[in-house]
This record gives sequence, C-alpha cells and structure tokens, in this order.
Amino acid sequence: MFKWLHPYAKPETVYHLCGRWYPWLMALALLLLLLGNIWGLAFTPPDYQQGDSYRIIHIHVPSAIMSMGSYSAMAIAAFIALVWQVKVAQWSVLAIAPIGAVYTAIALITGMAWGKPMWGTWWVWDARLTSELILLFLYLGVIALSGAFSDRQTGAKAASLLAVVGVINLPIIHFSVEWWNTLHQGASITKFAKPSIDPSMLWPLLISILAFKVLMLALLCLRLRTAILLNEQHRPWVKAMAGEE
Amino acid sequence: MHFQSWSDFWAMGGYGLFVWLSFGITYALLVALIGYSHYQQRQFKRQLAQKLAREQRIKQYQEQTE
Repeated sequence: MFKWLHPYAKPETVYHLCGRWYPWLMALALLLLLLGNIWGLAFTPPDYQQGDSYRIIHIHVPSAIMSMGSYSAMAIAAFIALVWQVKVAQWSVLAIAPIGAVYTAIALITGMAWGKPMWGTWWVWDARLTSELILLFLYLGVIALSGAFSDRQTGAKAASLLAVVGVINLPIIHFSVEWWNTLHQGASITKFAKPSIDPSMLWPLLISILAFKVLMLALLCLRLRTAILLNEQHRPWVKAMAGEE
Repeated sequence: MHFQSWSDFWAMGGYGLFVWLSFGITYALLVALIGYSHYQQRQFKRQLAQKLAREQRIKQYQEQTE
C-alpha cells in the first residue's frame, strides 16, 4: 500500500527533490509573507479595544501556530526514525529543530511586545506563556542533545527520543488557556466553531499563517540538503556530484 | 488604506514602538535563519570539494610514483 513512498526514503532522491522545490517554496513564502503582513499592517481596520497594537497578531499567531506545527512535524519524523530507522527522517528532526526554535522565540518576543501595552507587563508566569517557553527549551534540548555525543548517530537517536517525549507539551500549550486562569486570551481561530474574528482581519492573518508554513517547508528543504551531504559525504553519488560542480 | 499619512502609519496609533519592535525582531530573526542555513550549506560544499580535490591529488601522485 505504501510502496510508492519507498523511493522517497532514499537520500539521493530527497536531495534532488528538495533542490528542485526550494526556490519555489522560498519565493512563495516571501510573497505570502509580504502580502499578508502589508495587508494586515496597513489595509485592515484597527481593533475596537486594542487600537493598532493588535496588528502584532499578524506575526504572533502565525509564529505561535507554526512553532507547534513544526514540533508535530519534528516529532513525527523522530518517531519514524526511531521505529523504522529511516535515515532521512532522522536528519529531518535535526533540520527542523532550529526552525522551530526561531519560530518559538518569535512567538514569545512578539507576545511580550504585545503584552506590555495591553496587559501592562512584558511577562507573567502563567500557563500559556510558561508552556510556550518550555517548548523553546525542548527545541534547544533537541539541538543540544544531538551535538552532545561524539558519535553523530547516537546523538541523533537521543534527540529523537526527547522530541517524541516532548509531544506531551503540545496539548498543554493548546488547552492551557482553558484549563487554567490566564491573562492570555482564548482561541480565536483554532477551534471547532466559527472564528471569532472579523473576515477583514481573518484573511491577511490566514495568509501570514500559510506564509510561515511554506517558509518552514522551504527552510526544511534547504537544511535537509545540507544534512544529507554531511551524512552521505563518503557515498559515490555525493563524490560524483561534488566532482562535477 | 486605513492610515491617512506615512507618519500616521509609523505612529500606529501610539503603539508604534511595540508594533515595529515586534516586526523588526521577527524579520531580523528570519533573515538570520535563512542566511545562516545558506552559509552552512555553502561552507560544507566548499569543504567537501577541497577534501575530494586533495584525495584526487594523492591518488594521482601515488599512480605517478608507482
């Protein structure tokens, strides 16, 4: 049933596939990011309570959603690497981790810059903020653990284990605003009901979310190619290709 | 267009500092990540090419001296 997938586990195939997709994905991501952000910054009405400060939403929400989306992708790749020993999945884990870490840092920093004028404080130790900070530490832990062993394979395996165990943090982040009393507002769009945000503000936001998603895929392609070269440098196909360039 | 003038746009209804701080840091971090990922790949490709060229030279030398 899944036989058509098998060629995609071959590093050489993935290397060339990523090379072909990267420029298109990157161009699309930047285009969507510019479109979504300019639309959100200049062509939407201000919020009736928060004025123009709410425009931070156009980077805060996309980076926060994709910080969790990237973690799911990383954890799935880690699970595949641990169970079926697929090498490309193993390298994907380490390729995604820095992307997710940067997204999480963006979500935290933009959240602080939004919290200061609206809540009157840069930071509170409440459930949503603390669990998102733990997500950043999980990403940093995966990166640090992968480099903590003299053998690259052992390090990658340990990092994958941490990535899989850390999945427990995702539902905690998502439901933190319902389970505990928090300064952070509840979900506006990631829920099974009509979004509680006006369509004129929703559209640029959805475009920005898509932009962060496509950017994550583009960066994954770029970083995975480097990882494949690093790990396959003694294979004939890499040597033949390096000789041509 | 919601804003009347450019200075209106930069002021962001008095929240300019926070809005532009957020967008500034976001773009700086994204540019750094994209740039660093490119740099890593270029650097590794260069190292690999040097290593292979060196192996090639050693092989040639060994063939000549045999």
